Amino acid sequence: MSPQLVNEISIFVLSVFLGFEVISKVPTILHTPLMSGSNAIHGVILVGAMVIMASARGPLELSLGFVAVLLATVNMVGGYVVTDRMLEMFKSRGRHGPGQP
Amino acid sequence: MHLTPGVTLLFLLAGALFILGLHQLSSPKHARSGNLVAAAGALIAILATALILHHATINLILMAVAVVIGIPVGAVAARAVKMTAMPQMVATFNGVGGGAAALVAIIEMLMVPKGTSASLLLSISAVFAVVIGAVSFSGSGIAFAKLQELMRGTPITYRGQQPANGVVAAAIVVVGVLVVVPGIGLLGVWILLLLALALGVAFVLPIGGADMPVVISMLNAFTGLAVAGDGFVLGLPILIIGGTLVGASGTFLTMMMSNNMGRSLGNLLFGAFGKVLVGPEVAVAGQHSVRSGSAEDLGTLLAYSKRVIIVPGYGLAVAQAQHVVRELADALEKRGVAVDYAIHPVAGRMPGHMNVLLAEANVPYEQLKDMDEINDDFRSADVALVVGANDVVNPAARSSPGSPIFGMPILNADQAHNIVFLKRSMRPGFAGIDNELLYDPKTVMLFGDAKDSLTKLVAAVKVA
Repeated sequence: MSPQLVNEISIFVLSVFLGFEVISKVPTILHTPLMSGSNAIHGVILVGAMVIMASARGPLELSLGFVAVLLATVNMVGGYVVTDRMLEMFKSRGRHGPGQP
Repeated sequence: MHLTPGVTLLFLLAGALFILGLHQLSSPKHARSGNLVAAAGALIAILATALILHHATINLILMAVAVVIGIPVGAVAARAVKMTAMPQMVATFNGVGGGAAALVAIIEMLMVPKGTSASLLLSISAVFAVVIGAVSFSGSGIAFAKLQELMRGTPITYRGQQPANGVVAAAIVVVGVLVVVPGIGLLGVWILLLLALALGVAFVLPIGGADMPVVISMLNAFTGLAVAGDGFVLGLPILIIGGTLVGASGTFLTMMMSNNMGRSLGNLLFGAFGKVLVGPEVAVAGQHSVRSGSAEDLGTLLAYSKRVIIVPGYGLAVAQAQHVVRELADALEKRGVAVDYAIHPVAGRMPGHMNVLLAEANVPYEQLKDMDEINDDFRSADVALVVGANDVVNPAARSSPGSPIFGMPILNADQAHNIVFLKRSMRPGFAGIDNELLYDPKTVMLFGDAKDSLTKLVAAVKVA
């Protein structure tokens, strides 16, 4: 097993625990925005799509890469914008934030 | 992938911002900035990636074209979508992400030179990313179709469904192993893709529309894991961090959501298989008569009440009636009537969806009451005004073990002195089950579009 792989496995395991831990207490009211926001975070697949497309050869790989980059961009951009729009609704609440009556 | 130290550090920064953003997204005060922090992380990750790309220019030009098309498509769709259609939109964005994750792994497998084989763990990761990404893609597609009402929202079941799904899943494992242990080569990759797409469809078909938010949340976690798989394949830690974070937190969120509905995740996902959903109470209910009233009478009833609790549901959202409902509440308050909104955790089509919709109409936050907060107050309420909701006030959830919503916590609207239902028709709710509360002697129906009915009620309250 290469050192790089060992590093990657470490990152993976730690991220699992982090993922559970960082959202441990989330009020119901935020479930939808949180789902949408994390949906945007996995839009980081765009990085992978760009890297793989850069080394694509031949029309098949290139066109699959094109579609991958396009879909990943839509995921990332749309995800953040739609989440922001949802959360925007909560701002005109006076001094009370949502979740604290 | 060989990364320079500078780029590695930029990716680390992006990963840290993802973690911080996700954390803030779970707190009401900082949610909006949390989303922006995560977006900043994504931007940094993309810019860092641009630094390491130094390959054939035709690839880079095509890549830029894809990005330049993708940005306005995503942004415009996200801006233009109605608040009521938000769940479908999230499903769509999740699906395309899953599709991208599957494609990335497929291209990587195509690139392995003939006769050689990638390392075992990389092959397994790639197969995993293709399968999970494709399931998420097609599953999200079905979720979208159900929510958009392009297809029946109720569970779709057929004979031998569970064994058939089992066979597809087993076939995926077999083909997956064949792809990893070289033998059938690229053909196997395409078969794997088709099987996974089929499984995604078959998996979501038997799940009812009302449970779709939980399914979307789960598919969201799936996409995260597929992205993490791609991270291993490409040797990109940022994908492992981002993908795993979403996979883990998404799993946690999915469990919280199904708990909110008083259901186990297993029951929710597989509960519809082979079940016949006609309980005895439905047959009885059919023989009762329904009382319907005029807007004038009901307006008077409301105007002379002391306490009114409004139960908003998806019907209110569909009719775009959140502004009129606020007008009605204002008119009632002017007469000294105490008005509150009882928000069921899954009101609308997603948890928190109704809060978003009412906030859009500037309903004061103090009037939005959680289920636990207000459920005891129904007893002392003169009128429970149910606007376009159904399943969340269906007493069958308490009383009839055969019902698919049995065990779901509901709002105690049936305990109010009077119950007024604004409904389009006698059609059952999203879960597709009859509601005996509609036949309760205390219940009066006002049929019609929620917005029209509310407008008439406002006028009636003003002259009462």
